[in-house]
Amino acid sequence: MTPSQTSAPPALLSERIIDFTNHMRANGFTMGPQECITIAHHLSSKPLPTMQRVRLELKTLLAGDRQEWLRFDDLFEAYWIKSGRTRASLQQKSPPHITRPERPAPLWQQHLSDNRPEGDGKTPQIEVETGDQPAGEASGRLIAAKHSVNRKTDLKNIVDPEEIRAAEALALQLARAMRYRLSRRYKTAKKGNRLDLRKTIRSALPRGGEPIELFRRSTRPRPVHIIVFLDVSGSMKHYSRFFLQFVKGLVCAWLHSDAFVFHTRLVHVTDAVRDRNSARAMTRLALMAEGFGGGTKLGECLGQFNRHYARKMANSRTVAIVLSDGYDTGAPEKLEAELARMKKHVRKLIWLNPLLGWKNYAPITAAMLAARPHIDYFAAANTLESLAALEPQLAQL
Amino acid sequence: MSVINDIGPKLAAVGYIADDPLSVALQLTVDLARPLLLEGEAGVGKTETAKALAKVLDTRLIRLQCYEGLDATSTIYEWNYQKQLLAIRAREHDRLSSSAIEKQIFSEDFLLRRPLLEAISQEKSPVLLIDEIDRADEEFEAYLLELLSDFQVTIPELGTIEATSRPYVILTSNGTRELSDALRRRCLYSYVEFPDHQREHDIVRARLPDLEANLASEIVGFVQNLRKEDLEKKPGIAETLDWAAALVGMEVHSLLDDPDKVTSSMICLLKTESDLKSAPRELVSRLAGKAA
Repeated sequence: MTPSQTSAPPALLSERIIDFTNHMRANGFTMGPQECITIAHHLSSKPLPTMQRVRLELKTLLAGDRQEWLRFDDLFEAYWIKSGRTRASLQQKSPPHITRPERPAPLWQQHLSDNRPEGDGKTPQIEVETGDQPAGEASGRLIAAKHSVNRKTDLKNIVDPEEIRAAEALALQLARAMRYRLSRRYKTAKKGNRLDLRKTIRSALPRGGEPIELFRRSTRPRPVHIIVFLDVSGSMKHYSRFFLQFVKGLVCAWLHSDAFVFHTRLVHVTDAVRDRNSARAMTRLALMAEGFGGGTKLGECLGQFNRHYARKMANSRTVAIVLSDGYDTGAPEKLEAELARMKKHVRKLIWLNPLLGWKNYAPITAAMLAARPHIDYFAAANTLESLAALEPQLAQL
Repeated sequence: MSVINDIGPKLAAVGYIADDPLSVALQLTVDLARPLLLEGEAGVGKTETAKALAKVLDTRLIRLQCYEGLDATSTIYEWNYQKQLLAIRAREHDRLSSSAIEKQIFSEDFLLRRPLLEAISQEKSPVLLIDEIDRADEEFEAYLLELLSDFQVTIPELGTIEATSRPYVILTSNGTRELSDALRRRCLYSYVEFPDHQREHDIVRARLPDLEANLASEIVGFVQNLRKEDLEKKPGIAETLDWAAALVGMEVHSLLDDPDKVTSSMICLLKTESDLKSAPRELVSRLAGKAA
């Protein structure tokens, strides 16, 4: 803001402010007309102070969290001092501005929309199921699953019906174990452990203040919300099918739950998993997971969750369960940062690592080491028994 | 202009040394009457800010410490049940109708004012400190939003109570939980950093005027360097002040004099076991040497 600009007529200033607001919005700040008016009002209410002062004032007004607080100075300078009026030139000039770029629509959405019709009608496994299988749904599902196995990836390898049921039952059992956290709010309850004085006194009034009828209140249990992250990368392929059943059991049985699968990208699969038709669900999942390739990017995927889903999904009753072997092709620092961020969104973080059940295995991959400090409960999960052994532990969380 | 730059020196006068961003933020809080959200690591003086502001404005400080499960009865109002029962008893023989009694016992006399109601019914705008808002749950946050936008409270038995004066609201957060965007948007925001060498020195001098000058600068230099170490929990300003007081109490005149005493006094600065272990005598004397 050169002296000539400082003494500029208000019309020009307000235009510049609108332009500045757009500039900030383009760089990821949440700003609307309300903020615009606030700035204009604030700046025009008194003679313009020094540049430094204006910067601090606007920073206080506009930043919403630490990230924005740290980025503000660069953005401010880029706009007012380096006279970068267009975003294009800004991005070329200073890389910090594109730390939160406008991302293209996640890949999986295309997957979903492309694959749904296929999974719904055309695929052979549905026909198998509607065919002559008098034994009932279970066998129909099994055949369907086998069919799709032969056609598709081994992610949903042969599924033994006994094992399916065992995994689903176990998942439900685990969910029940973690089921409730006592809320700390008191609500009226018939057999509460505390007196509800407010209600009691109110009802005592017509009886001359004699509290004949006592009302009680107590805290209520509230269901936990479970979010499962399943690693479906190459290194996990032997466990994927089994875990998918586990996840399916959990998500179907537990209303407050969400499921994600990831390897290089994160895919929200709650809807697909909830599909009543087990075969179709597995097919959809397989198709979704198929589109990706390469290794695992744990940090990146959890980052996606933090950016896009966490605000909406997670609350103080959320338990996040990560099913992964911790072989990560991304940077461990990234993973650590994202886990730390995730920990702020969820109450507990549980990491189940199938390799931990192996003899001589020690979780010393860089990713696992980086993740350890943020994990509340770290356990093996390579067999049904090891999963069952989790139950008492999870009940304590 | 004179009004604008006012608050920094005033804060200094009451013993609180604020850096530029913070004093600007406080100035805006006063000017615009909008809540201020302060974030930063534990121990950088967020809570002290509110106390200092109350002193500067010469007004009351009303503090609401947040915890999980905080609800309306402990933040806004509660009826004084014991008193109500007694009142009903005392008027038993007055043959008042029950509605008349009801009117009496649900009046202001029987109302226990909790911090939020207290804050909006003061003659002079108080400073309302909502400490560690991230510890309260989402439900309370939503409730708070309503109060912060309307500044009125509705009590079913009494009706709506309008604010007689708008409190200056300061919220602090340690970032253990993400706050909602709605709350962030409604607040001014400032991130409080650890103070730089000069500012921390000023703070130590302001708070402990009796401290020897050379010891003060040694202490500040030591702590500044200690924060650069890889620690679980970095010492805040409060820790620095504690430590300085402890050293005075232990009659240490220079950090280099007695490394053992200094090492044993590290419990004032480092509050976790692993941090204490990671600061052995050698590190302490190295840092002391650097600071001196």
